[in-house]
Parts: sequence; C-alpha cells; structure tokens
Amino acid sequence: MLKVDRIQLGIVLDHIQAGKGFLIFQELGLSSRKEPTALLMNVPSAKLGRKDMIKISGVLDLDLTKLGLLDPGITVNYIEGGRVIRKVKPGLPERVVGLIKCKNPRCITSTEPYQDPIFTLVDKENKEYQCHFCGERVRV
Amino acid sequence: MGEGKVGLSSLKGRHFVDALDLSQAEYDLLFSLAEDIMESPQDYSHCCSGKLLATLFYEPSTRTRLSFEAAMLRLGGRVITVADASTSSVAKGESLADTIRTVAGYADLIVLRHPKEGAARLAAMYSSVPLINGGDGAREHPTQTLTDLFTIKRCKGRLEGLTVAFCGDLRYGRTVHSLIRALALRKDIRFILISPAELRLPRMIVEEILETNPELELVETEDLEVGLSEADVLYMTRIQKERFFNEEDYIRLRDSYVLTRRKLEGAKKDLLVMHPLPRVTEIAHDVDDDPRAVYFHQARNGMFVRMALIASLLGVV
Repeated sequence: MLKVDRIQLGIVLDHIQAGKGFLIFQELGLSSRKEPTALLMNVPSAKLGRKDMIKISGVLDLDLTKLGLLDPGITVNYIEGGRVIRKVKPGLPERVVGLIKCKNPRCITSTEPYQDPIFTLVDKENKEYQCHFCGERVRV
Repeated sequence: MGEGKVGLSSLKGRHFVDALDLSQAEYDLLFSLAEDIMESPQDYSHCCSGKLLATLFYEPSTRTRLSFEAAMLRLGGRVITVADASTSSVAKGESLADTIRTVAGYADLIVLRHPKEGAARLAAMYSSVPLINGGDGAREHPTQTLTDLFTIKRCKGRLEGLTVAFCGDLRYGRTVHSLIRALALRKDIRFILISPAELRLPRMIVEEILETNPELELVETEDLEVGLSEADVLYMTRIQKERFFNEEDYIRLRDSYVLTRRKLEGAKKDLLVMHPLPRVTEIAHDVDDDPRAVYFHQARNGMFVRMALIASLLGVV
C-alpha cells in the first residue's frame, strides 16, 4: 500500500469515482501548482470498493459547481492543523453557468459571444440538465 | 376602457418571451382589451403618444413586423425599425446583448425576431425596457399564440372543450409549439397531431404538455383526413424551408399535406381553418372562400391583440 503524508493545511478530495481522478486533476488545473499535490488511484474503499483521491497541500479556491458536475459523489475535506475542519459534498449543482455547452446548433449560445450558456438541473437521477435559452436537454 | 384595467396593470414593464409568461387570466384580460379596441379604436388612438417601439428583425417577416408597427401607429406611438439585420452592426459582429442594450436606450419597447432558439430570452436579460419575442428560431412565437387564441375565442366563444388538430411541420413550427403549450392549460382540450414522421412534435414538448395536463388527450397520425372529421379547429402550417439544414429533406416533405375544398367536405360545419401565414401550397386557393377559412381574419385580429399587448406592457391602459 502506498503511503502519502498527512497534510497540515489543504484539501482532500475523497470518494472520487475510480478512474475519474485524473480527469478532475486536469480540470482543476492542479498540474500547474507549486505545492505538493497527490493523485491516488484505485484506493480500496469500504463504501465504493475502489476510489480515487486527490490531496492538495496549501490554499486553493475550488470551484465546487464544477466539481459537483464532474463527480457528484465526491467529498471535499478542508484540512487545517492536520485535521478535517469542514466536509462538503457538492452534489449535482442546480444551476451551471459556462461549464456545459449546448449541443443544439440552433441555440443562441452557439453564436452569441457575450453570454455563457446557463443550464438548470431537471432530472437528478439521470443527471439531466436543460438549457435556459433553447430548452435542449443534455446528460452530463 | 373596460374592467380589465386593474388586472392588466400587472403586465406593465414585463417581457413577453414565452407563451407561458402570461397566465390564463392575463390572456383573457388582453382579449377583452383587444375587443374593446376593435369596437372603439378612437378611444385608444393617442394612448401611446410619445412612446417609441423598436422592431429588430433578424429574419424576414411581413405580418409580425407590420402588425406590430401598425399596432403602435394606431395607438399614437412611433416606430423605429431594423428590418434587415445584415444592414446593421450585426453584420460587423456585434453581440445580440450589446445591440439590445443600445436599442433599449432609444426605445420604450422592443420586438425582436431572431433565427436562433432562445434569442429572445437572452435579449430580455439585457433589455431595460419590455421585450417581446417576435419569433425565435423553431422555439417560440408567443404573439402568434395571442393572435390564435384571440381568434378561436372570438369565433368559438371559448377556449375550453375543443378538439384542435395541428397539421404540417410540428417539429420546427414555432407557432405550433407556443400555441400547443398555451392551449394545453385549458380544460377539456384534445389534440390531433398530423405530420410526417420526420416532422412530429418534439418529444420534449409532448412530455411537457402531458405533465402540465395529465388529462390531456393526444393523438398522433400521418393522415390529414383522420384529423379533419373530428376537429373543431384545424391549424395548418407551412413546411418551412428555412428550418432545414438539408434541402433534399425539404423537397421530399414540402407537399406532404394540401388542404382542398373537397377534403373539407367531411369536416364539421363550424370548423375553423387557421394558418399563421404565409401559406405556400398547404392550403389550396379554393379553400379561401369557404366560411370556415379564418386565416385572413386571424391576421387582422393579430394587430388588435398586439395593440392590447403594447398598451399593457407600456402601462398606458
């Protein structure tokens, strides 16, 4: 079993669906950070069987909407003094701005440079969002 | 000016982007006001004096633009217009958001037609004055719905207990999408949807209207004659060349349905034949003289009900 040191100040992203850790690592732009950061893949988990984890040392402003969209089952642990001081489960965000592209080529967001696409969660079970402008539904 | 005055004050300053932006009660108040305007136009001929309407049309239009402009002029207001967006700053790459914020600084009310779906909703986010959707791609055409409902109400005396058949391009027909969503809220409504398989009503709208009104009865068929014998209202639509990415598909489907005087023989005596116009080949010219054909009355009604809408959004009645 690999051993990664406990972090004193930072964030641990836990319960990442096995196989999604690398995508999340990339999407959060963690490779460009100077502080120590660890991506652990296929870690044994009582809850999930196997899971991925990311340990981020230092202060980072996380986009929880993006994180929830990438993996709604994730747990964000905020660490200070080597202890978890706060746990957040972002879940699927109700409203997403600028992160989902509308696949309808007739949608105004396909040509309008000024406005980011806006999507609203309409079916949590099927992870389905609806475009605020054209009504197109997409699964994430 | 009628007893609807107090209720209509709720419309002042609002946008009208989606057919469901108005409640049934608000629709009914607008119809009362439109009736009053038709009966006593002189009482309203100066109510928009000093007000300016901007019509921005990014797609061709005859009825919608002219009826809005005629409506504003008959209310004593004035009109500025961009009838062809290729001659405006849009051709220089200006965003819709910037155009709207600029025009909202000049006018008291904006009517927008745009080929992209959701354009009016986006524009309303950036407009400091009431914005009316004059049609956005294949999505919505709420003032045509206002026109259609007003026409049905005037001719039938009710908007409940009707069998309404829609025929033609139900997939891309924005007038159908808006009208069907608004009618689905009324009591005892039955829909017959007549179209080629490729142009069926989008499943998203079918699901929405059945969710809105689980009692709703809905039949889908490719056979015009099935719908004709049972309908109280037949809403014909054009197969729209401009909505097809592939011209071959358009050519194959364009003459799917042609309503003729002979086909009307099996229809109810008090049927209403409606069409948002322009018509191409889907209604033969010999139908025009049939008393059941109301599409030109429908177009005229549109001007009066748009007068009621303009006056209400501007809060001058």
